Amino acid sequence: MTTPAQSHRGVIHDIGYRPYTGPRLGRRYATRSLYVQGLRAAFGLGRSGKSKVLPFLLFGGLVLPTMAIIAIVAFAGLKQMPMDYTEYLSYFGVLAQIFLAAQAPVLMSRDLRHHVVPLYFSRPASRGDYVAAKFASMFSALMILLTLPLLVLFLGAMLNSFPFGENLAHLCYGLVAAVLYALLYSALGLAIAAATPRRGFGVAAIMGGLMITSGLAQIVRGLTGGFSSVPSESSHWAELISPTRTIEGLVNKVFGTGGDNFDKMLAPGTTGVLVYAAVIVLLTAGSYALTLRRYRNV
Amino acid sequence: MSTVIKTDGLTKRFPRVTALDRLTVEVQPGVVGLVGANGAGKSTLIKILLGLSPATEGTGQVLGLDIATQGAEIRERVGYMPEHDCLPPDVSATEFVVHMARMSGLPAAAARERTADTLRHVGLYEERYRPMGGYSTGMKQRVKLAQALVHDPQLVLLDEPTNGLDPVGRDEMLGLIRRVHTDFGISVLVTTHLLGELERTCDHLVVIDGGKLLRSSSTASFTQATQLLAVEVTDHPTDRAFDSETVLRERLTAAGLRVRADGSRILLVELAGDDTYDTVRDTVDDLGLGLIRLEQRRHRVAEIFSTRLDENDENDENDQHGGNDEHGEHGGTGEEHEEHEQQAAAVPAGGEQA
Repeated sequence: MTTPAQSHRGVIHDIGYRPYTGPRLGRRYATRSLYVQGLRAAFGLGRSGKSKVLPFLLFGGLVLPTMAIIAIVAFAGLKQMPMDYTEYLSYFGVLAQIFLAAQAPVLMSRDLRHHVVPLYFSRPASRGDYVAAKFASMFSALMILLTLPLLVLFLGAMLNSFPFGENLAHLCYGLVAAVLYALLYSALGLAIAAATPRRGFGVAAIMGGLMITSGLAQIVRGLTGGFSSVPSESSHWAELISPTRTIEGLVNKVFGTGGDNFDKMLAPGTTGVLVYAAVIVLLTAGSYALTLRRYRNV
Repeated sequence: MSTVIKTDGLTKRFPRVTALDRLTVEVQPGVVGLVGANGAGKSTLIKILLGLSPATEGTGQVLGLDIATQGAEIRERVGYMPEHDCLPPDVSATEFVVHMARMSGLPAAAARERTADTLRHVGLYEERYRPMGGYSTGMKQRVKLAQALVHDPQLVLLDEPTNGLDPVGRDEMLGLIRRVHTDFGISVLVTTHLLGELERTCDHLVVIDGGKLLRSSSTASFTQATQLLAVEVTDHPTDRAFDSETVLRERLTAAGLRVRADGSRILLVELAGDDTYDTVRDTVDDLGLGLIRLEQRRHRVAEIFSTRLDENDENDENDQHGGNDEHGEHGGTGEEHEEHEQQAAAVPAGGEQA
């Protein structure tokens, strides 16, 4: 039974220190590695079993309802989807917010808390690369979370042989909305998470921020007559209080989605579209700049 | 590669403080100690050398690369071990070091291989698969060293690597640092505020205080030039009014020795040679006093600083000269040692002045 390979077993050669002569892939490779690590960490991969629970629970929470919708449509023989793609994001978007609140601190606060950040900055990747990689990680994670249900819905629509062109167009509207949510949420979430090395504070601040502004927007809108039978157009401006509702209003106005509900978010007129778009861009860019600034002196 | 680190008039000013003040120093390959009290500018210097923080004035080169424009290239070739804790507790040493290797640009397979090698070299074996939260301080310091070495840099900057270690751990760490140069062929810049522990490890010492270069010379010349004798004598047996310290100080100074007081009763005499002992003994005997204490003093940074206050002019010349001597790898060999002894005898305080 003794093969040549086995006869060599058990001998440890102390070969001493060997210098590394292989390739050094530099800054872009390092940034990419950081991005991949961040994306995995966002879903708890490469971390303890416990940290996988919440991300996958939320992931399931976003995807499973689509299966239910498809099943209902198939069994009840409905002629169209009960919910538009963008509407689905409005209803279940809160799960993405929880995901952001729970996982943005995983990406940012941990490195701050354990003082790992200086180790990154003593390596080829720069401060800007670090923030860019983390942003890309969070953005990608949110995109996976938000687009997968939309794709499942689209697949379900096709299986029920609903019109292809219309569904494709509305899927694209949904994807645009998903991109906007993912961009704005990532920028906001990371800026808040980078402000504190305490994970709990980060979670609370992000969740609280998104929830409170959203509720506040609804209240102000109600007070200004937004929910009466003939809603005043000016009451829609209250949507600007909440980042989430701003995106909703913009998407509904531009694509004409959101159904006929009188209480749907809607950017008021062309001015509204421009202002909403400007607010989204400014908020995203501003938060990103704030995060960059945060790391300038680490 | 002749010069590892070279700075010329490096200055760093913050709104309120000047952290580095026209620092000009040249460091050759080998183990170099960067000594200074807390707040002397050591960490600022390291940040600037890594290209992380721009200097207000002056220029510098690390491994022949310009710190102002080639930061990324420098960071690819340099390892850095920070002073503070930097290890996430829920990750194993292996995972952490592999990740850091990839952050330095090593491909995944090479990163794993180098991690296994490096952790073995710093003396971490089975425990490297456990989460680092359960590690002892000694083990943590080893992981920190490993992550600085994993990409096989040409130079490592170690910030207070012996912090928090017990005497045995400290000796092991110092031995490891020595090996990084002798066995791995990597140059080392190690900072500390304890001069004593570097005497055994370093070939060359650079002392800074308040952002200024105090001295840059080989370790051998350093200890030689600053050897001190502590002398304590009794009061005069009969004459109560006789101020024995003052009189002794005057006598010794008259005999050509440099003397200063340390506290109320102890005089510090600079050791100029073996006959200094005789001079002290004879002088004390001549005065009819009793000799309580005659011992060699181990140097601390604080003493070098107080010397500087006495000898500002001479040390300014030292600044000019700092680092231009050629004791890199061979500092401390017999030949150079002798050479420094002669210099030390000729100019006791300056040490490095030719």
